[in-house]
Amino acid sequence: MSYLEYNVARTPAGLRKVLAMHWALVLLICAVAAIGFLVLYSVAGGDWRWVAPQMQRFLLGLAVMFTVGMIPIWFWRNVSALFYALTLVLLVAVELIGSTGGGAQRWIELGFMRLQPSELMKVTLVMMLAAYYDWLPATKVSRPQWVVVPLVIILLPTLLVLKQPDLGTSILLIAGGGAVMFLAGVHWAYFATVIAAGAGLVTAVLQSRGTPWQLIKDYQFRRIDTFLDPDSDPLGAGYHITQSKIALGSGGWTGKGYLQGTQARLNFLPEKHTDFIFTTLAEEFGLIGGISLLTLYLLIVAFCIVSALRMKDRFSALVTLGIAVAFFLFFAVNMSMVMGMAPVVGVPLPLVSYGGSAMLVLMLAFGLVQSAHVHRPRAQGEGRILRR
Amino acid sequence: MKRNAQDMTLSARRISRRALIAGGGQLAFGALLFARMRHLQVDQADEFLLLAEENRIKVRLIAPARGVIYDRNGVPLASNEQIYRVSMIREDADDVPAVIGHLRSLVRLDEEELQRALREMDRRPHQAVTLADRLSWEELSAIAVNVPALPGITPEVGLSRAYPLGQDYAHVIGYVGRVSERDIAEAEEVDPLLQTPQFQIGKIGTERQLEDVLRGRAGARRVEQNAAGRIMRELDRTESGKGADVQLTLDAGLQNFTQARLGQESASAVVMDVRNGDILAAVSSPSYDPNLFVEGISVPDYARLRDNDHRPLHNKIVQGLYPPGSTFKLVTLLAALEAGEIGTNETVYCGGYTTISNRRFHCWKRGGHGRVDIAGSLRESCDVFYYEMAQRAGIDRIAAMARKLGLGVRHDIEMSSVSEGLIPDRAWKRTNRGEEWMIGDSLNASIGQGFVLASPLQLAVMTARVASGLDVSPRLVRTIGGVAQPSGVAGPLDLPRSWLDGARNGMYEVVNASGGTAGRSRFDLDGIKWAGKTGTSQVRNITAAERARGVSRNEDLPWERRDHALFVGYAPYDDPQYAVSVVVEHGGGGSAVAAPAARDIMLYALSGGVPPLDAYPDSQRGEIEERLSTLDLDPSVARSGGTTKA
Repeated sequence: MSYLEYNVARTPAGLRKVLAMHWALVLLICAVAAIGFLVLYSVAGGDWRWVAPQMQRFLLGLAVMFTVGMIPIWFWRNVSALFYALTLVLLVAVELIGSTGGGAQRWIELGFMRLQPSELMKVTLVMMLAAYYDWLPATKVSRPQWVVVPLVIILLPTLLVLKQPDLGTSILLIAGGGAVMFLAGVHWAYFATVIAAGAGLVTAVLQSRGTPWQLIKDYQFRRIDTFLDPDSDPLGAGYHITQSKIALGSGGWTGKGYLQGTQARLNFLPEKHTDFIFTTLAEEFGLIGGISLLTLYLLIVAFCIVSALRMKDRFSALVTLGIAVAFFLFFAVNMSMVMGMAPVVGVPLPLVSYGGSAMLVLMLAFGLVQSAHVHRPRAQGEGRILRR
Repeated sequence: MKRNAQDMTLSARRISRRALIAGGGQLAFGALLFARMRHLQVDQADEFLLLAEENRIKVRLIAPARGVIYDRNGVPLASNEQIYRVSMIREDADDVPAVIGHLRSLVRLDEEELQRALREMDRRPHQAVTLADRLSWEELSAIAVNVPALPGITPEVGLSRAYPLGQDYAHVIGYVGRVSERDIAEAEEVDPLLQTPQFQIGKIGTERQLEDVLRGRAGARRVEQNAAGRIMRELDRTESGKGADVQLTLDAGLQNFTQARLGQESASAVVMDVRNGDILAAVSSPSYDPNLFVEGISVPDYARLRDNDHRPLHNKIVQGLYPPGSTFKLVTLLAALEAGEIGTNETVYCGGYTTISNRRFHCWKRGGHGRVDIAGSLRESCDVFYYEMAQRAGIDRIAAMARKLGLGVRHDIEMSSVSEGLIPDRAWKRTNRGEEWMIGDSLNASIGQGFVLASPLQLAVMTARVASGLDVSPRLVRTIGGVAQPSGVAGPLDLPRSWLDGARNGMYEVVNASGGTAGRSRFDLDGIKWAGKTGTSQVRNITAAERARGVSRNEDLPWERRDHALFVGYAPYDDPQYAVSVVVEHGGGGSAVAAPAARDIMLYALSGGVPPLDAYPDSQRGEIEERLSTLDLDPSVARSGGTTKA
């Protein structure tokens, strides 16, 4: 216990930690998950086949969150590098032994669930970067040699994920990692340079089409085409986005009513229980339903930020903020995608889309937020009731 | 290690600042998402709602039952019969080959049809595809009993057109068939019904001419369909409107008798009510079974009909054009009377021929008729008399009279290929032949030869007009949907009674006077007698070589070069009701072949059934009895005669 900056004496101990959890955040998370159950029941055509496993996973996720939250945040800081390294090994492992599913090698079969290391990496990367900046004196943050290190930390897993290939997760890793660097205070100029370089890379990728050194796969090119002009191929590659927009738009202000969404029920929607689940919510509950979910999401992000502002140590603050930004990226990219504002890259809607790994990893992440919240340093008199 | 306080403060301030910036950025992007959501769900909601409805709602048409066609007494001539078919939804069949194999053990399946159905099922696995059509009741029952063992299979009942009296109506009513590309191309406004599978459309005859009223109005089922095309539920339904029933003026009994009486001759007959234009019978023989065409006739069957030299597919009633021969003398006579070129008691000398410009025009009687009056000219069908009339009246007057009597004009009845025929005049010859009219042309035309062409229907109209003195046009349809159609009478014919009486008297003598050309075809049905005119029209010129060889008798010629036999008549003579025309292609002579047939048909019409023997002259009864007893009449419509309707 060498981290004397934590006023251990003032943090709750034992089961009192449960009371010190960020309960508003827990309630928001449960509310979002409940919306997810509601919509999953509907897209299954009034059937429990997706809701039941999703509920089990969510309960498991809650247990994970509370468990992680009970463990002191400094423990998590100490194991960040180890977790990051382990996740990297797993990423390499899926390359070698992973099953092939959907044209991409993404998971390792664990028997009771399928583990997607790329999902796990979304959290461990944030942890790793937070731990790095916690270790690095604040004055060195913007020095070039200390900027290269986190870049390597980010790009290593990103390239492995891109090779799977999973473009959506790669983008989230870069964006999430970049966000932590930004939050840690890396100089503006670096971001300007990266954005410029990114623009150059996009140009290069587009230029590479049809050449022997083509940088991304044909289906990814087609997704870009479809994004730019979905009407060009309404029954082929543009089908997803066209049907998605029809479902959304036809919802109107108040929606068609619960279990009345024709687009999902009649199978016009693709991936209706995973990536495109938001469209069914918007179709059945209309603009009101969509905005409600968006508001809940933004509240989760806001609560994380507010919680982070009260933390005095860099790791807690950066992990909390990094997870908040990553969470924001998940739903922002997904919603942009189904609303035709971004290409279809295969990003699920957090806490709502059907899927095990994403749900558990997200709950693990919120566990870290809870841990940081529970174990934050407290001023004199604050949290007195929590102390013995 | 205690943290450097300065370092902590620096980073805390920095992180807080950046966190607020990030938070602000997220809020801004959240607002952008909201704006986009609002744009899609509020501004464009109507458009997307429409697209969503188009996605899920499909309209399935319900075919209406076609209107039934009846005869004047309510006998169904074209009706709808239930047919049994079996269809399959591939998605519901677990093991398609096994199901088909099982089905094959129950009913015969046409291999070609089956392959087509399988291909269709590949494309639309959620939709019912017809596997076999026109199953028997036994086959359908066998399937129905085994349905639990045949997943995906549905026995169905549909409607198809049927013609219970088959060949009697092939030429008048025609038939329906599957909709072809041409039908769709020809339709002015494409009824979506035409696109429905198994739909039948009138192809020819009344079925085609009255397609609009017979077809009916499509009903519709609005159904909800999923992305794969499977029907989830029915939203609502508008029932179809049955097509209007049509009642024809035809009499099924008389039509059947007439068809049977003409037998396998290449012939045609029309019976018309002179008082209102109703067509009681219109027959072209030989005929064929229109039911063969409903589901598509087989190639050998079609070839047999097409290659038959008696042309069963040809509608001789309205499409068959013949030189009317001596029946046309009625026209020439009335034209000459109208021109004032002959007095009612005037006579013309027949020496066997007339010489014009060094060319001899022969009378059929080589020795000549001597002095001939109007009645005699018709009775003995003297050609020279009419050569004289033609010279006096001129072709244009003859042509005008012919048109007045209904020749050379198209009678608009609900049959296919109704022909105008041909009544030549000076203008016609100049336009069509580029030659001036010659006097010889007039002489040929005066006896219904040369360019003159008329259909059996037109000859019946001519006879009806002469008999009734009315401007009567043929009428085939009596009621449509219960609404009576206008009578065929437009008014009086505008010819003085004395002229018509002259013609009628001559026609009476043709049948009833000694020396009349149709004297053998007289009858006396409880005092009712008839009048008529024979015609024999050459289809060739007798060559000089033939004349030298002495080949002039029809029986010695090959069938297709023999003369056409014609007869027109009406009865009763003193109160005309019915007109009849009979044309027997290559039959030889009008008096020998056409007149006896016309008499049997007329007697059936008058007596309302098979003619009573006592209406015929004593000497012919044995022969008649045998002929009538061998006729192949349809028992469902045949009536025994003996009662006088007249």
